[in-house]
Amino acid sequence: MAIETIRTLLERAFPNGEVDVVDRTGGDDHFHVTVASCTFAGLSLVEQHRLVNRALADPLADGSIHELRITTKGRE
Amino acid sequence: MTLRDQIKNVIDDEPVAIFIKGTPERPACGNSMRALQALRNAGAPITAVDILPDPQIRQELTALSDWPTIPQVFVKGELLGGADITEELFASGELARKLDDALGEEREQVVKTVSVAATTT
Repeated sequence: MAIETIRTLLERAFPNGEVDVVDRTGGDDHFHVTVASCTFAGLSLVEQHRLVNRALADPLADGSIHELRITTKGRE
Repeated sequence: MTLRDQIKNVIDDEPVAIFIKGTPERPACGNSMRALQALRNAGAPITAVDILPDPQIRQELTALSDWPTIPQVFVKGELLGGADITEELFASGELARKLDDALGEEREQVVKTVSVAATTT
């Protein structure tokens, strides 16, 4: 799973957001994604992370993301 | 009782339920360890379920919670989140506040492990 694929999926899900993806281990399957988006305003952390998980549902389900860390930031 | 019902009972009945890889004594994954550590530091009672013995446990859990990754932490039946959220809420002090609200300030900090298993017919 290339970083670029994850970035594309996130940018599609959060069109006005700011997306950062880091390959934590260099092994192409442990990622830390950071998403800043106005979509998160007023949502609980669980709901925010649910949106990120949903955007990456396919690579999570097929195992191409083995581990995912998520940081979400609300913004205006 | 079906496996899903057993999982649901743990989530609903235990004050703080955590589904992890391994056990609280020997977590088998760094993320399970991070979430456990945050719960311990916040003074939470912990009821842990190891998902590793049977892949079906994770399948049924995720079907119930609509949450794809492990660990998963529940407080009084409600999904708190995974390792990142649990750590973040601990760091901000909100985890302790949530636990105070849900369980009272004088809670007993017991750590126990329960197991769930598919019944064979």
